[in-house]
Amino acid sequence: MSRLAATFAELEKTGRKALIPFITAGDPQPDFTVPMMHAMVEAGVNVIELGVPFSDPMADGPVIQRASERALDHKMSLRKTLAIAAEFRKTNQTTPVVLMGYLNPIEAMGYEAFANAAQAADIDGVLTVDLPPEEAEECTALLKARGIDPIFLLAPNSTDERIEKMDALGSGYLYYVSLKGVTGAGHLNTADVEQKLLQIKAHTKLPVGIGFGVKDAVTAKTLATLGDGVVVGSALISKIEANLDNPERAKNEICELLSSMRLAMDSEGA
Amino acid sequence: MTEKYNMPDVRGHFGPYGGLFVAETLIPPIQELNAAYQQYLHDPEFIAELDADLQHYVGRPSPLYYAERWSRELGGAQIYLKREDLNHTGSHKINNTVGQALLAKRMGKTRIIAETGAGQHGVATATVAARLGLECVVYMGAVDVARQSLNVYRMKLLGATVVAVESGSKTLKDALNEALRDWVTNVDNTFYIIGTVAGPHPYPAMVRDFQAIIGREAKQQCLAQAGRLPDALVACVGGGSNAIGLFYPFIDDESVKLIGVEAAGDGIETGRHSAPLCAGKPGVLHGNRTYLMADEDGEIIETHSISAGLDYPGVGPEHAWLKDTGRAQYVNITDTEALEGFHALTRMEGIIPALESAHAMAYTMKLAPTMRKDEIIIVNLSGRGDKDMQTMAKREGIEL
Repeated sequence: MSRLAATFAELEKTGRKALIPFITAGDPQPDFTVPMMHAMVEAGVNVIELGVPFSDPMADGPVIQRASERALDHKMSLRKTLAIAAEFRKTNQTTPVVLMGYLNPIEAMGYEAFANAAQAADIDGVLTVDLPPEEAEECTALLKARGIDPIFLLAPNSTDERIEKMDALGSGYLYYVSLKGVTGAGHLNTADVEQKLLQIKAHTKLPVGIGFGVKDAVTAKTLATLGDGVVVGSALISKIEANLDNPERAKNEICELLSSMRLAMDSEGA
Repeated sequence: MTEKYNMPDVRGHFGPYGGLFVAETLIPPIQELNAAYQQYLHDPEFIAELDADLQHYVGRPSPLYYAERWSRELGGAQIYLKREDLNHTGSHKINNTVGQALLAKRMGKTRIIAETGAGQHGVATATVAARLGLECVVYMGAVDVARQSLNVYRMKLLGATVVAVESGSKTLKDALNEALRDWVTNVDNTFYIIGTVAGPHPYPAMVRDFQAIIGREAKQQCLAQAGRLPDALVACVGGGSNAIGLFYPFIDDESVKLIGVEAAGDGIETGRHSAPLCAGKPGVLHGNRTYLMADEDGEIIETHSISAGLDYPGVGPEHAWLKDTGRAQYVNITDTEALEGFHALTRMEGIIPALESAHAMAYTMKLAPTMRKDEIIIVNLSGRGDKDMQTMAKREGIEL
């Protein structure tokens, strides 16, 4: 069983939901990321999405765009992101790490070389924003052969047919993009999410993580009741951006926010 | 070539290039667009409306003009200019925006968005949006807003909202990123009019089909005026829409050389250029696999060209395919050479070309003297130079 499958199975046993933070590797500087990952685990997260910086992050809002720019200013790359994940893994063998990014850095490395490098870094899942199932066959096969889960996105306008396609091709979990828009957008409608999750759940047994627009503990708790996990990204990176002169404070504020989300998600009632 | 050229395949692939590389939220609107496009492509009523607009609104057919004096001066092949500069709004871009706007209307979309580099596509989009009474938002890199202020003003006069994009390199690629972000947010009512033969399938094929009127006319006109097919076609290539528009109807005519001219900026060897076909390698950006300018980590690198319309790190996937198969060849022209082409055409024929088109002119000046006097070159004069007066004056130290 993959580390992701084991994590979701364990959570299900105890009736809890996954808290999944997203941070961009190397933001605001390369040595920030590994300690941040460990601190987030202590704050109660279950899976870490590690963003691979890209020059042209087309699906991201301004907050994550700027995170990419800061990381690239420090010459962060896919190769170095893998090194960060490997470093984290040295002292944490249980928390799954999912790489999230865009296709071109993987194209530049070559699919097979990338799959090998991801395996060597003990990566658990790969989510490539601009690689829909239509084009994903080759890359997905290489990852699966190495025990790495390919993670696919679902959107508010995804049809039954698309959901079944993702269910067949994806593993680990499915990432439900809870709104039409970019990361960090502000127009999340929980009633719509609830409706859509019913439809998605009718077509897949994979766990579903819900992300885009999750800003606080209240939203995290609400979404946790609708799916199997909650992804939070821009809200964390905003803390980094607000404390560029003091990364330690950024780390503490991120952990505080994640702890409050954890507490809310695990508490009974509304 | 023994079989008739028939690209792309049903999934939008030109060999390894093209395809559909977008985030999930864009899949449904792209499928909707593709279905509408496939339907109307063969719909006699749609085609009749498009043809009428091209004739009465755009002003087609555009002339194929025999540049007799310039040909004599260069002393080689006879040069014909396909006068896309004479179209309404001053470039070939309107051929495509008229077509896509008619599609948008039939699909019931109420809002149009576009990206633009030099502003020619933005103006052409704002123009058709004004005519159809549709809301229009044009994304333009902040650098381009500054160097093409005349076109920004034209778009605003036409009622469009022009958004200056401050992210990344603040040029065309960043405008495209921002347009994609808008589309993903407003998919329900918004039609994205992409201006070049790039982007996710079906855009590369669809924009080509709307631009192919250039080559269809040129072929007929050349046969009528010169009595035979041309020997070479020359067109500038940024994204590559004017070049594909000219080349496409000639692809099966093996005797006709197809030559695309990329922007070498300060020179290929300086790294400050916009020539992915000449000096880049394959990758994925903006929805398709094609030649790109990227570093070894796959990060897109900044491009440079004196012409905003060529200042783009990618190129249409069909050009990538035509390059790999050897059917077309791709060359490059520096900023300095392009300026020579600009001045030559202006002084020899009394036609001021756009700086983009000036790259094609400059290569023609190299090519024509190497050819026989009974040979024929058709050069795509894709746009007029009015928009570039400020850039030219500044370059020559003149205060306007």
